[in-house]
Amino acid sequence: MTNLQRLHAGRCSAPARLALAAGCALLGGCSVLQRGFLNAQGPVAADERHLFALVVAVMLFVIGPVLLLAPVFAWHYRLSNKHHAFRPSWNFSWPLEAFIWIPPTLIVVGLAFPLWRSARALDPYTPVHFGGSPLEVQAVAFDWKWLFIYPESGVAAVNELAIPIGRPVHVTLTSATVMQSLFIPQLAGQIYAMGGMATQLNLAADRTGVFVGENTQFNGQGFPFDEFPVAALSATDFERWVARLRASGTVLDGAGVARLEAKSVATKPVYFAATPPGLFQQILASVRADAAQDRSMR
Amino acid sequence: MSTGEVRHVGLNLGATDAIAHRKAERAVFGFWVFLMSDAVLFALLFATYGSMLGATAGGPTAAAEFKLGSALFETLILLASSFTFGMASIAMKYRKAGESLAPLLVWLGVTLALGMTFLGMELHDFVGMFQAGAYPSRSGFLSAFFALVPLHGLHVFGGSLWVLVMMVQLASLGADAQVKINILKLGLFWHFLDIVWIAIFSVVYLQGLIR
Amino acid sequence: MNDALRYALFGKLAAQSLPFVRAWERPNLSEVIAAFAAALVLIAAAALFVLITARGKWRYLWEEWFTSLDPKRIAIMYVIVALVMLCRALIEGVLMRAQQAVAVNSAGFLSPDHFAQLFSTHGSIMVFFMAMPFIAGLLNYVVPLQIGARDVAFPLLNAVSFWLTAGAAALMMGSLVIGRFSTGGWSGYPPYTELAFSPGVGPDYWIWAVTLGSIGSTLTGLNFIVTIFKMRAPGMHMMRMPLFCWTALCTAILMIFAMPALTVATALLALDRYLGYHFFTNDLGGNMMNYANLFWLFGHPEVYILILPAFGVYSEVVSTFSSKALYGYASLAVATSAIAVLSFTVWVHHFFTMGQSSNINGAFGIATMAIGIPTGVKIYDWIWTMFRGEVRFTVPMLYSLAFMVTFVFGGFSGIILAMPPLDFQVHNTVFLVAHFHNMLIPGVLYGLLAGYHYWFPKAFGFCLNERWGRIAFGCWVAGFYVTFMPLYVLGLSGMVRRAQEVFDPAFRPWLSVSLCGALILLFALCSLGVQLWVSVRERAQNRVFVGDPWDGRSLEWSVSAPPPAYVFAVIPEVHDRDAFYESKRRHDARRRPARFEDIELPRNSAVGVTIGLSAAAAAFGLVWHIWWLASVGVLLVWAAVIARSFARNVHRVVPAAEVARTEERWLAAAAASPPITRPLETTSLNRGLAERSS
Repeated sequence: MTNLQRLHAGRCSAPARLALAAGCALLGGCSVLQRGFLNAQGPVAADERHLFALVVAVMLFVIGPVLLLAPVFAWHYRLSNKHHAFRPSWNFSWPLEAFIWIPPTLIVVGLAFPLWRSARALDPYTPVHFGGSPLEVQAVAFDWKWLFIYPESGVAAVNELAIPIGRPVHVTLTSATVMQSLFIPQLAGQIYAMGGMATQLNLAADRTGVFVGENTQFNGQGFPFDEFPVAALSATDFERWVARLRASGTVLDGAGVARLEAKSVATKPVYFAATPPGLFQQILASVRADAAQDRSMR
Repeated sequence: MSTGEVRHVGLNLGATDAIAHRKAERAVFGFWVFLMSDAVLFALLFATYGSMLGATAGGPTAAAEFKLGSALFETLILLASSFTFGMASIAMKYRKAGESLAPLLVWLGVTLALGMTFLGMELHDFVGMFQAGAYPSRSGFLSAFFALVPLHGLHVFGGSLWVLVMMVQLASLGADAQVKINILKLGLFWHFLDIVWIAIFSVVYLQGLIR
Repeated sequence: MNDALRYALFGKLAAQSLPFVRAWERPNLSEVIAAFAAALVLIAAAALFVLITARGKWRYLWEEWFTSLDPKRIAIMYVIVALVMLCRALIEGVLMRAQQAVAVNSAGFLSPDHFAQLFSTHGSIMVFFMAMPFIAGLLNYVVPLQIGARDVAFPLLNAVSFWLTAGAAALMMGSLVIGRFSTGGWSGYPPYTELAFSPGVGPDYWIWAVTLGSIGSTLTGLNFIVTIFKMRAPGMHMMRMPLFCWTALCTAILMIFAMPALTVATALLALDRYLGYHFFTNDLGGNMMNYANLFWLFGHPEVYILILPAFGVYSEVVSTFSSKALYGYASLAVATSAIAVLSFTVWVHHFFTMGQSSNINGAFGIATMAIGIPTGVKIYDWIWTMFRGEVRFTVPMLYSLAFMVTFVFGGFSGIILAMPPLDFQVHNTVFLVAHFHNMLIPGVLYGLLAGYHYWFPKAFGFCLNERWGRIAFGCWVAGFYVTFMPLYVLGLSGMVRRAQEVFDPAFRPWLSVSLCGALILLFALCSLGVQLWVSVRERAQNRVFVGDPWDGRSLEWSVSAPPPAYVFAVIPEVHDRDAFYESKRRHDARRRPARFEDIELPRNSAVGVTIGLSAAAAAFGLVWHIWWLASVGVLLVWAAVIARSFARNVHRVVPAAEVARTEERWLAAAAASPPITRPLETTSLNRGLAERSS
């Protein structure tokens, strides 16, 4: 049992916290939202939260009139109320039409700009602009666990992802089985991992902590257990973690991969001191089982 | 409403059979709608085929397996069968009550024969491909080929069966309004299949041999 | 008997296929529940069989219902199928909520496999066997009446559509009794649903049930396009049609263009599973992304197929119960058409996370937002219809008001989902589940229930009980909010969907609240049942034979309730929009026709039943690899089609004298009935004759 299981208390930025407090006062409990992107722990999730706040604000403004007018009209113009005009044939008005069509169109046009910009900026393939060179991680989705390979240092871990804070992390993903989806809500959005193909996810953490990582795409009996801790560590702690893995002695060989391919849940993380070079590409090719060339997403 | 008025797209029975002409409008329009949905089906298979052109998985490719001569001959047969069906349609439209059904039956029979020839040749091609190792479970590309082209073949088979049934109905029930309307619909179906084949010939065979 | 012979006769069927045997071998709670469900199906089927035989009703059912080509009869059968399937799928939903509320750091009472089957059947049934048949039922009953036609364009095709759907529904119920259902969800994504990962019969049940249903729907779409384009009464231009017919037309167009995509997706998956093709496999050139594209090319227009008829219902209901012409008719027609077209441009938003470029995601995100514009226009048009009207809070109107207020939250969460970066955070979480239930329950279900309540008196000649209707309404609305609002919060917290067990204790209170909501929804369903029972029991006091209980505006209210088989003694001449309302204003309603003519109607036919049952048998054979059964089924279908094409004596004639008698009886009743004012319309004083207010 490592000290990485310590759960870090979430910290929200001030404006988001204000909005959240108001909502939570109604909902009666904020602690559950700590687990998600509203409690962002990295720049990507923080930008997503910012976009969320913008969209919520605009949409409250959009649905407000409907929530107001529908009950008010229904009540005021009810049959039993004699104090209103009754115009049974009135059914059109150009100014009203303008009001009905134009503002919603303008709002959609207005929202199109942040949508386009953020779709670009927060795309999983967009590198995180942070200090330092990205840490490369290769993730392979199995049933029902994840293998994380660190190609630079050669170590690998099952169901535990450790990353250094303040440094971008570039994850390349594939699946050894069915379509799955890597999701670490407090750090970034999710991306599918698919057999025979490689996808990418860029993320970073800006403070230490232990976060939840999970698979969101149903893949069978063990699906609920397809979760793992993500530890954001200081640079020195991260080096110590890598060193500890190297010292664990186990090498991830063919037999080890075969064991991973068996359908099982990883109740505890498993560590590997070394992996054969090109293991990720090997798994990719063997799933695809043909001589065609590499089919990365783009 | 004058009987000379065009009630639906395609060959109209007009002044030659007023009752059938009136009843045909709804039936033929409905059949066009069906053809549109069938066209969407084929379009999606074409799109799937297009996206899987490269998915040969190290197995047989288009250039290696497609026989252009055979495909060209099949195209000519199918085009000819559309022509013969057209002749049948004209024979049906201008046949006066009491006249012999023979011309109509002969043209339909020739169409049927051409259709069966087409199918026979296509099956022969497929068997040849299987023997050369190009079977659908070999690769994604071959799967896409063996969904699109046999689906067309299945449609031609259905159409041929329909031609046979219409010939039987002409012989037993005569050319009443319902039979004529069904032949109008069959004509649309047959020509539609010809158009789909032209697309297959171009997109599948010609493209496959150019790449 | 040796193995080869057993396989040839029975395919993959074995004792293990029965849930009773499985529960016997492994008696845990999950297996017992499955066995219990199977037993329920068998007992209910047997009880129904015994009841019908004891009452000697087989001939009646065969002649009056099963072989009927009357769209009014077919409509009622569709709605019955939908309501039965609603019961099953809602109970499945409650079971899932219960499991999730209980299974926080504990295994709960449902095994992972059972839970996965539940979410798969729940979704598949609600979409394909509850909503689609219900909609088909409303279309079948209302559209011909509203356009002044006696029937649809192709009555036999109509029956075939119904029986294909019923056969597919029977296959779904069969999967409870024999075998297992798919665990791949209602969308059936490969490669999980490929043989390599799902070797059992489950995905095959899903494939064939959905394929049969989708063929039925495509044919329904075809039928209604031709009906609406070619069979409108003289004078009924497109811009004089009731709005429900506009939405019906757009729905039908969506059906014929979108269902083929589903047919292709499931057919290609079937080729993979049965013949070893490589469309969506991991290996040898398969590409699972094609499936996602094909399925959602169908799937997105599908949700508009579901919602547009509901929008049509709201147009009718809001206008009628505000005693006002619909505001912005032309806008509504344009908006409906725009929604139909735009629905084909947004499908990628169902898989923003699949790794395509940000340009593609951005373009589809913008298109997704764009489709909110015509939808918003429609909501405003209904709100402004109430303006300076005289609003009556009958049950259909209550559903419409609840829809207006609640559906916009779904639109809210929809815009959030339209933003790709936000979708990356909530995709496949219960936020998504909350969003689409927010669209489907207040959007589609309230519309269907409003339509059910609104047109029930027309179909059966007596009104539904208003008090139980309000109770059901209150429970549907409260139940929706209590069940699904917590899921929005949980989704924002990163709780994934389809989880048979969860491990964060913070989820528990929210899941418990959600379970309470599900129980309220169950009570709502029961209230509907009670309402029906009470209404039937009190029908004698609530007859509205004259046919216009709500002071209706369109032609369906201009005939008796229930209408005669031929509906209109004389096809009406239409001069206005809101044709019946205008004719009432001109004192031209319910006139005795100058003369009565013989009326030609289709004869009954067994072809529909034959095709539906044969197709279902063939599907069952395909599922279990019983090849002889599959072949026989397919051959029977084609034999029926070919045999029918030889039939010539397919009409029957209602003599003019009989038409005259029926009409005279109705007109006499209208003359003798006291007219009813609007405040009293929900009482038993209502005979179906509206007092002229202005």
